Amino acid sequence: MIRSVVNRILIVTALFLSSLGPATAQEHTLDGQETHQEKKEKFNVGDMIMHHIRDDRGWEFAHGVTLPLPVILYSADRGLEVFSSSRLDHGAIYNNYKSDHGHLHRVDEAGKPVEGVHVYDFSITKNVASLMLSAIILISIFLTVANGYKNNKGKAPKGIQAFLEPIVLFVRDEIAKPNLGPGYEKYLPYLLTLFFFILTNNLLGLLPGAANLTGNIAVTLVLAIITFLIVNLNGNKTYWSHLIRPTGVPILLLPIMIPVEIVGLFMKPFSLMIRLFANITAGHIIILSLISLIFIANNLGGTATGWGISLIVAPFTIFMNLIELLVAFLQAFIFTLLTSMYIGGAIEEHGDADHGMGYDGPAAH
Amino acid sequence: MLAFLLSILLEATGSVAVMGAAIGAGLAAIGAGLGIGRIGGSAMEGIARQPEAAGRIQTAMLIIAALIEAVALFAAVICLLVALA
Repeated sequence: MIRSVVNRILIVTALFLSSLGPATAQEHTLDGQETHQEKKEKFNVGDMIMHHIRDDRGWEFAHGVTLPLPVILYSADRGLEVFSSSRLDHGAIYNNYKSDHGHLHRVDEAGKPVEGVHVYDFSITKNVASLMLSAIILISIFLTVANGYKNNKGKAPKGIQAFLEPIVLFVRDEIAKPNLGPGYEKYLPYLLTLFFFILTNNLLGLLPGAANLTGNIAVTLVLAIITFLIVNLNGNKTYWSHLIRPTGVPILLLPIMIPVEIVGLFMKPFSLMIRLFANITAGHIIILSLISLIFIANNLGGTATGWGISLIVAPFTIFMNLIELLVAFLQAFIFTLLTSMYIGGAIEEHGDADHGMGYDGPAAH
Repeated sequence: MLAFLLSILLEATGSVAVMGAAIGAGLAAIGAGLGIGRIGGSAMEGIARQPEAAGRIQTAMLIIAALIEAVALFAAVICLLVALA
């Protein structure tokens, strides 16, 4: 029991550590447009949306309410440096560092980048802080539930235990057992972690002022890579022989089938990654676009038009938020279900499903 | 004639690639709508024929809808890449 708790903590910590680096990688330069346009009245929809979807150095909960997060840098000549991200606001140069759309460069006194100095960026960005928050939430909830089971042995579950037990049983009975067969206990901790991690982060992302964590392709990439490793490290002989020699395929078609199988090997985790990232990000963009309709109407017609449009837009946005709630659950379910199907495909024994598709030859039994 | 129209669009938007990205995203949405609509229709018919299988049919419908949506979102992601970079 301690081991499974430690395993869980290790998985969450590994996920947090591995998204430290690439978490700032999702930056796009938007033709040099500045995001801070307080002086001008014009409301730039594209910038506003990208600003909310992207990772950021400080955590902006609302206009003017920003929580500056630590910037942690390591370079070979200066060693470890830690300072607040508010020192880099509005393109300021601090300690010879300048933030260029999120990427930090070492600059000299004149502001030109210094070549040849590689700075390793371990900063706590908005996504990292949100990941730590969701990790704390998950760990505290599930340790409470585990202690509840230990203390209430044999008695009916109470409180949050009672809320989570049907969901855990759902993952075990609908996702793990049918797809994994007899050896399902070995993979159930990973499937449960995956399901609740994705669900918690999807739900957190729907709150206003929250970070878009599962919409960060680096995070979904790490989840897909972990699935890829688990599937391939646990593949048995049948799995690998199906890759090289799929059943029922005539020999002449093998030069086509083997590359197709190998591409399929990589496409499955890749599609997992893209599916989760695109669903969550698209949902956030839809909500943000609907809200920005109000501000565009304000720009075009004045405050009366803005208020009038908001009477139509607000109920529709509430409806879209409910759909996004459904998508949050559905995407967690789909990711976990497909992961369990891939693991099940890797660990299943040579069975009846492999026969009957054409004649396997006199040697096959 | 077509060249004239394209040159007007170029003047207006500054980039024909962005127009292509927008049209591509719209086509992907049409594809997803058609595909998921067919799934929904077959699921309705299946449930109508055999109401006691409704739970299983609904689960299968949701799974397949998510898979089709993933393909449409592949296209949407590529259009986003074209439009922003």
